[in-house]
Amino acid sequence: MARIPSTSRRALLFGTAAVSTGALLTACTSNEPKNKAQAADNAAPVADDKPGKQVTIGFAGPQADHGWLNAINDNAKSRAEEYSDVTLEITEGANDTAAQIGQIETLINKKVDVLVVLPADGKALTQVGLKAMRAGIPVVNLDRIFNSPQAYRCWIGGDNYGMGLNAGTYIGEQLKDKKNAKVVELAGLDNLELTQQRTKGFDDALKNYPNIKKVARQAADFTVESGQAKMAQLLQAQSKFDALWNHDDDQGVGALRAIDQAGRDDFLMVGGAGAKSAMDAIKAGNSVLKATVLYPPTMAASAIDLARALGQGKGVGGLAEFEIPTSLTLYSAVVTKDNVDQYLPTGFI
Amino acid sequence: MTQPATAAQQEAPTSAAESAGTQESSRRLGLRWDVRSLSLLGVLAVLVAVGGITAPDEFLATSNLQLVLTQASVIGVVTVGMTFVITSGGIDLSVGAIVALASVWATTVATQEFGFAGILFTAVIVGVGCGLVNGLLIAYGRMVPFIATLAMLASARGLALQITDGSTQIVSVESVLDLGARDAYILGIPPLVLIFAAVTVIGWLLLNRTTFGRRTVAVGGNAEAARLAGIDVRRQRLYLYLLSGLCCGIAAFMLIVLAGSGQNTNGNLYELDAIAAAIIGGTLLSGGRGTVIGSVLGVLIFTTITNIFALNNLETAVQQIAKGAIIVAAVLVQRRSLHGDA
Repeated sequence: MARIPSTSRRALLFGTAAVSTGALLTACTSNEPKNKAQAADNAAPVADDKPGKQVTIGFAGPQADHGWLNAINDNAKSRAEEYSDVTLEITEGANDTAAQIGQIETLINKKVDVLVVLPADGKALTQVGLKAMRAGIPVVNLDRIFNSPQAYRCWIGGDNYGMGLNAGTYIGEQLKDKKNAKVVELAGLDNLELTQQRTKGFDDALKNYPNIKKVARQAADFTVESGQAKMAQLLQAQSKFDALWNHDDDQGVGALRAIDQAGRDDFLMVGGAGAKSAMDAIKAGNSVLKATVLYPPTMAASAIDLARALGQGKGVGGLAEFEIPTSLTLYSAVVTKDNVDQYLPTGFI
Repeated sequence: MTQPATAAQQEAPTSAAESAGTQESSRRLGLRWDVRSLSLLGVLAVLVAVGGITAPDEFLATSNLQLVLTQASVIGVVTVGMTFVITSGGIDLSVGAIVALASVWATTVATQEFGFAGILFTAVIVGVGCGLVNGLLIAYGRMVPFIATLAMLASARGLALQITDGSTQIVSVESVLDLGARDAYILGIPPLVLIFAAVTVIGWLLLNRTTFGRRTVAVGGNAEAARLAGIDVRRQRLYLYLLSGLCCGIAAFMLIVLAGSGQNTNGNLYELDAIAAAIIGGTLLSGGRGTVIGSVLGVLIFTTITNIFALNNLETAVQQIAKGAIIVAAVLVQRRSLHGDA
């Protein structure tokens, strides 16, 4: 008899505890308060800011599962909002090739004026790019390039080789007066062609400096966790070196953590991609991180500009041609303490 | 009235199921266990020799031992939990996703306001919560562990992505970060390694010296026999997935300390690493036999391999090929030494 109420009281107690824990935890999912990455809109103003013909732009990209892709989406959206004559039809991001093809076909059927496509896999999406072009919808291919030039009207993207080249040149200039200088490379995911291109650019740049030798290279996989693990191993393997190039600022968070944990500060570090955390560290100047080489997510904003120009049948400002170019490779600027303020608003989190 | 009689009748199947724990065969099994662990120690010794020869200065340093143990600690804790689940005949494919979810939930701006305790509490509770869902679905929803935890894998990763929105959440709570620093080492031992050691010891005691452990083995050996012997199989399963979730929560906290951040990509492929380490260690994938020490040795073998490859600056492709080959070799050696013994 006496048991029943006691059990229910206990149940009540546990229930309340569970509910309040749940409530507390739910409150903890919020990430809002801190100033969220302001999508960069500080790039040079476009020649024709005045409203023109109405253009509907369809935008399809991969699932934004890391900071850079997130910044791509934000840049595209905020750029489109700036123009009163642009309507943006943005799809839910998809990493699956079949899903992305379906989304793009939907946009084609909706008869958007221009398509901006960042493929999950460039080669695999070539056919749907061709289909859009044949349906009379010009395609702006963003970053990951299609297999055939017929599948896009204009390609705009980053320069992976240039990233490596500029990182190598920056390090080379810093170390050019040092005899037998040693350099270490923390690469990104080795399965990707872009990682090979970055490494090739880096190696080519170092060839110009015979006093510098690359003594070690390990590949992480763009995650903080892998950056920490691989960097810890590299630090153990190389008791002394002068410079480090890390391909990606996301994994760089982990790499910096490992450097911190090992108590090392006897070298200079150059990052890649241009995350806000990296730029903050460069600005503060209190860590080994002295520079980062950009792979600018602002390219999505430029892609919207290009798509709008295409839709309105105009060229871009500053060039003599009547049409926009077929291909635009963006420069991988080196961000250092001297120019960090200029780039800080483009940093992604 | 019939209770004692029933219990006596069921004694036989129980002991059959609890083969690893019964006294009659304990000596023989103890010997076998020794051979198994010894062969693992042998593999580890070979690796240490290889490391010592190829990179003597770097490999044999104290700092390298600290490094290897630290790198092993996060996945090690996950593997201890996994060992229990596999011993009971189950599988937990969601461990990596739970680590990811717990680590991002515990590093949101809102959670970080609660400081050290907030981060630790959230990581552990989220881990246990996911384990509870897994356990309820499997034990009381009668779902196959493979499917239930696969569903958890997908949804926990999704929720982690939802929370972070793809960004890297950097931890700014100093007391958490300090735990990973060199100053925090106790007698030269990193705190993360101490947590790993504590989890290992508790795990070993729990599996080998308690009723809970014997029930786990019994459920894995023959669930029907265990049920007839009066073991509440469903409740036992619930507890086991809770335990695995708890380990994931602890591991998530350790990962936050190690990486100084939470990211939805955390814990990538932990499920495979943990299962591989447990199997190499000698835990039967079909259940009924489990060894915490073996699992820990399995983890250490993996971490040492990675370490040796990195110290010798080998490419990722070579690392992966060699890792696969060593898994096969370790299991073959183990098989061989077992057959020789039995």
